[in-house]
Amino acid sequence: MMSAYIDFIRIRFIMMLAYRVNYYSGIIIYAINIGAYYFLWQAIYGDKETLAGFTVTQMTTYVAVSWMARAFYFNNLDREIANEIRDGSVAVQLIRPYSYLLVKMMQGFGEGLFRMLLFMVPGMIIVCLIFPVTLPTDPKTWAIYLIMLFFSFLINSQINILTGLFAFFVENNEGMMRMKRVMVDLFSGVVIPIAFFPGWLSAIMQWLPFQAITYLPSSVFTGRTPTSEALHVFVIQILWFLGLLVPIWLTWRAARKRLFVQGG
Amino acid sequence: MRYASLFWEYIKNYAKTRLTYRSDFWIEVLSDLLYQGMNLIFILIVFQHTPSLGGWSEAEVVFVYGFFMIPYGVFSTFFSIWNFSERYIVKGEMDRVLTRPAHSLYQVLLENVDPPSLIGSLVGAIIMAISWAQLGLPFHLLDIAMVLLLVISAVLIYAGLYTALSAISFYSDAPTGIVPLMYNIQNYGRYPVNIYNKMIRFMLTWLLPFAFVGVIPASYFLAKKTDDLSQLALITPVMGVVVFTLGLLLWNHGVKRYRGAGS
Repeated sequence: MMSAYIDFIRIRFIMMLAYRVNYYSGIIIYAINIGAYYFLWQAIYGDKETLAGFTVTQMTTYVAVSWMARAFYFNNLDREIANEIRDGSVAVQLIRPYSYLLVKMMQGFGEGLFRMLLFMVPGMIIVCLIFPVTLPTDPKTWAIYLIMLFFSFLINSQINILTGLFAFFVENNEGMMRMKRVMVDLFSGVVIPIAFFPGWLSAIMQWLPFQAITYLPSSVFTGRTPTSEALHVFVIQILWFLGLLVPIWLTWRAARKRLFVQGG
Repeated sequence: MRYASLFWEYIKNYAKTRLTYRSDFWIEVLSDLLYQGMNLIFILIVFQHTPSLGGWSEAEVVFVYGFFMIPYGVFSTFFSIWNFSERYIVKGEMDRVLTRPAHSLYQVLLENVDPPSLIGSLVGAIIMAISWAQLGLPFHLLDIAMVLLLVISAVLIYAGLYTALSAISFYSDAPTGIVPLMYNIQNYGRYPVNIYNKMIRFMLTWLLPFAFVGVIPASYFLAKKTDDLSQLALITPVMGVVVFTLGLLLWNHGVKRYRGAGS
């Protein structure tokens, strides 16, 4: 049974490979974005050494690695699910002998692997050549970061699945999906590290899953969170991963009961 | 005159289709505003940690952003042709457009109007007015005319650039990915251009003149700076006319070359 799920990873990976040309321009787009924020942060720092616990060099690395992490974990599972619900093909998926949500997760992971190998890694190499990014030298930091990055992917995909499933309850969740995308970019810390947020806002962020997507792993990677505290941060990610399973399970249970296929 | 009545007919048609899905309309407005809000939140948070950005104060940067939102909203309303290549070239809808007597660009634009984006312009104008008061800038009646002139010029620059980009699809039918590329470059134009290095600054001023959409025209109203961008502000209308003419010429030339996607 497991091999069937692994095949879903393989198929999606190969499918993405067929469209790899689309992702070359993606690397340039991410480099442009990193460049914009690099110059902005340089101007924000001016002659100051540290802001909100980040040094200038750490900030440069943070911007580069956060955008490149986004290149890996980003996917359109929400849109895929919503489309399948809207055009009714979800009904066919439901009678097949597999878990629909698990299959979606596997497809997302296939896409993630592709993005990692052909988008994130070459992108990171290019960005390191253009901007003064300092990579951690301790192999332990790298190992912790990679594991945390995997959980970034899991948590982001969970949020996507949850957003997509709302299409069962409202006929058009287009606006919701757009809103989710903006919220994830802002609150996960891609655009601004959570440490910069005003006190009340960062206090709210502590209780939301978004920080686990970008801010926590990137802080470990840049060395703002020392490796000794990394375990604590990693536990937060695991808790969110487990915690998010509950609303997904509940929504899924409620959704299957009220599925009606529009048109036919 | 015929074009004006065409405009009215298209808008009526648009209203009829949209009124069927009223809640979508407001969700779209809300998510647009949230996206714009994200950039504003970025500016506000950043200025909690620094008093100035490349010599610009918080109120000034917010002012520039507010100004930028006005032409951007107008542009998004009338030029939402992001999917031109897919819809008109690959799917072949351009053939239908070309059989009609009105100018092809005019038809394509009106088929895609997106009035909810105008609310962004309104919010931008409010933001600009608030920062205007905060900065204690003098206000003359002439300023209203200047705002209008500069906004129209900025819209023309945007319109020209994206018309040219869409026209590329006439020459190459493969998806080029250049539109999302441009969409990301334009983000540079929202902030004071003097924070970038010389090369990027030159590019944003003269090659892809996104600086002329936000920071340069807005600096006309602000106090003079050492590097004085406001000297360039009065060139904005010239840039607008030049860029739009070039875009239109490229479009017209492309339409002549257009042979259809086949089948």
